[in-house]
Amino acid sequence: MTRRPTIAVALDGAGWHPAAWRDPSARPAELFTARYWRDLTQFAERADVDLVTFEDALGLQSSTLWSTDERTDQVRGRLDALLIASFVAPVTERIGLVPTVTTTHTEPFHVATGVQTLDVASRGRAGWRAQISGSPLEAAHFGRRTVPTIDLEALHRGDSEQIRPGFDEAREVVEVVRRLWDSWEADAIIRDASTGRFIDRDRIHGAEYEGEHFSVTGASIVPRSPQGQPLVAVLGHQTIPYELAATSADLVFITPLDDAQSVSILGEVRDAEARTGRTGRPLSVLADVIVVLESTPAAARAALERLDEQNGSPLTSDALIFAGTPEQLLERIDAWTALGYDGVRIRPARLPRDLEQLADWVLPALGRSDAAGTTLRERLGFELPENRYTAARTSAARQNGEAA
Amino acid sequence: MADAKRQVHLAAHFPGVNNTTLWADPLHRSQIDFSAFEHFGRTAERGRFDYVFLAEGLRLREHKGQLHELDVVGRPNTLAVLTALAAVTEHIGLVGTLNSTFNEPYELARQLSTLDHLSGGRAGWNVVTSSDAFHGANFRRGGFLDHGDRYHRANEFVSLAKELWDSWTADAIVADRATGQFLAEDAADAGAFAHRGAQFDVRGRFATPASPQRYPVIVQAGDSADGRDFASEHAEVIFSRHSAFDEARAFYSDVKGRLAGWGRTEDSLKILPAVTFAIGDTQAEAEEVAREISLAQVTPRNAITVLEQLWGTDLTSYDADGPLPAFDPGEGPADTVSGTITKGWAPRFPNAVQIAQTWRAQSEAEGLSIRELVIKVAGRQSFIGTPSHIASELDRYVQERATDGFVVVGTTSPHGLDEFVDRVVPELQDRGVYRTEYEPGATLRQNLELPEPGARVAAVRDAEEEVRRVG
Repeated sequence: MTRRPTIAVALDGAGWHPAAWRDPSARPAELFTARYWRDLTQFAERADVDLVTFEDALGLQSSTLWSTDERTDQVRGRLDALLIASFVAPVTERIGLVPTVTTTHTEPFHVATGVQTLDVASRGRAGWRAQISGSPLEAAHFGRRTVPTIDLEALHRGDSEQIRPGFDEAREVVEVVRRLWDSWEADAIIRDASTGRFIDRDRIHGAEYEGEHFSVTGASIVPRSPQGQPLVAVLGHQTIPYELAATSADLVFITPLDDAQSVSILGEVRDAEARTGRTGRPLSVLADVIVVLESTPAAARAALERLDEQNGSPLTSDALIFAGTPEQLLERIDAWTALGYDGVRIRPARLPRDLEQLADWVLPALGRSDAAGTTLRERLGFELPENRYTAARTSAARQNGEAA
Repeated sequence: MADAKRQVHLAAHFPGVNNTTLWADPLHRSQIDFSAFEHFGRTAERGRFDYVFLAEGLRLREHKGQLHELDVVGRPNTLAVLTALAAVTEHIGLVGTLNSTFNEPYELARQLSTLDHLSGGRAGWNVVTSSDAFHGANFRRGGFLDHGDRYHRANEFVSLAKELWDSWTADAIVADRATGQFLAEDAADAGAFAHRGAQFDVRGRFATPASPQRYPVIVQAGDSADGRDFASEHAEVIFSRHSAFDEARAFYSDVKGRLAGWGRTEDSLKILPAVTFAIGDTQAEAEEVAREISLAQVTPRNAITVLEQLWGTDLTSYDADGPLPAFDPGEGPADTVSGTITKGWAPRFPNAVQIAQTWRAQSEAEGLSIRELVIKVAGRQSFIGTPSHIASELDRYVQERATDGFVVVGTTSPHGLDEFVDRVVPELQDRGVYRTEYEPGATLRQNLELPEPGARVAAVRDAEEEVRRVG
């Protein structure tokens, strides 16, 4: 089966280049307004983008790692991503909405009910990018525990054990959130006036989760949402995050920087799936790429250089930085698709400029999405999952039937 | 100004998960579909209400060790649904209950600030406290607070949240392309905060710029002495349970009397009791409607449940159409009672034995069955009558300083507010005590006729200045 490659767009502030807010297309005074986020998301929807992600963190942006800065020439401040997604939910109809929500300092119960409610308000278009917080600065915002500072040099040398605790906790959080999403069977609300019962309490199940980091006893307060299980995404650059994706997620965003890595990282993701014994649908793999799109290669390079100059230093990123034409980007996407990638997550360097270029020149060339329905799962070709408790009962009934 | 009529303030309570909500009514639709919230919010906006109010769920209620199945079960996440509602409404305030025990200030302050940004200044926060292990079992920290520490944490939580909201000045963002200055020169450390207290020891940079209202409107509902003190320091609206006129007026004068001690004026706090309605073309018809609502709310099983909550024991063998139990509730304190048989509901009976004796005496004196008694003491509508009669009563409460307005509780979702808006609101408008249009661009705080935050700080500072000058 050939599908159009999945096109995700990552929204954040005025775009992914720190000087993007100075682009003529930018609306830097509106970054914290309803209109800005409604316009961007509705524009992406009209352009037939499959899903948008909203970045987030429990701290302020900084140009330096593990410390704050006092720069005044870059965008500072963000709105809560889950709530931006909730806000645009009722004013969009087809596009997937995938906010980043941290697993480290948040309450799993609130994360579960928040994403479920996003799924209800969007009529089945919710996702969640689960992200750990490894920042000691963010830990100090909560004051509840300290997190060891990650030694990046050691990490690059291959000492990845230092990040394992945060990812172990994230795995537990996703596990309990998924249990809560399943805690109401689809037919739990019966509204039976003759017996006076609003619910069939045998169809509601407590999470009964006791993990190493926390426990959650009860059921969700939200009945089963349209997708049942909203899609879970993980961004990864290392074996341990790939393993988190393999055990817990539906989508993984990865960051190959060249052709060799495009092959090797995809291979690592598939290895992680095999190693963790993943069953069912393989991960949907999207390559992350920052894009500056102009009609000629020279114009794109010049645009990037101008931004770099305004910022005072060249852009650095975990992902590939692509400055080129729509045709070149299409070639890049084709190359990834040919390797077995499901699609890309575009990080526009400038908003709305590069999103507009994408809409005008890239998406039309890819053809319309052939989504079968209106939920995000249907849009990306995922089945609607069966509720685990309903499945267990059906299977038990079948076995009893066979025994009889 | 002495002749100017006091204006009535109205809020709308989304139909909740107790027996006020008539889910068996054919008009009742889903309580969870977003369209229900959209209709309710738009109806409140059509009625020129100040805000809609949504309570919070942290754990499904239990009765006698099982999920309580007789009332509506299931509701949305408060913040997510209110923010979604902001997208489909323009003027209406968006107020939700959010617990200060099972949240952390940095995260919740950001979320409320986001709601305020995206709604253009319409956010409100009903601060509630909790300490029980039943709710705590769904959260990382469990039931970690002593009961007496609930308000210590709530107080420090709100104070810290205000520090966070104050950590960005309103003019911190200049976004000047020409100069390349996103933050103002004197805002290089925007968001910087440091707080060390008994409950919280935190520092860093707050991540969300100042929102239109700066602080959401702070609402409070606790009724204990600690609750009233908390309210007189922080609250801008009290969601009160005192709806009978004399009781309401006593509460109003008690709470408003405490404000001066905090350097606050009478107008800086609005008191809005929760009220229910039965409307008819004639008084007799309204009485009939009220009777039908009460019978639907207090089914025989619901009546027994209320009794079981008070007695703290299983009473399924009793007939709701028969007399009350002849024995008194077993062991005294209400905390024990509500903790043993009912979980997830606020204890409603501070002195179970005394209440039980009063109820028994009343039922014997008036010849009331269990169900009739429960309807009489707990199930009657606050206002029953024609639209004109109800409007007169609401007006009287406000003019005579028993309240500043009301929180209207709908009995069905999503149409529970329609009749009130269509029939009672015009009567209030005719009396000149209720707005006919919103002020364009008004914030929730402005619609509630509350002073801007910071005004109190300025007033205290001015007063100190005055003392120094005179001294």
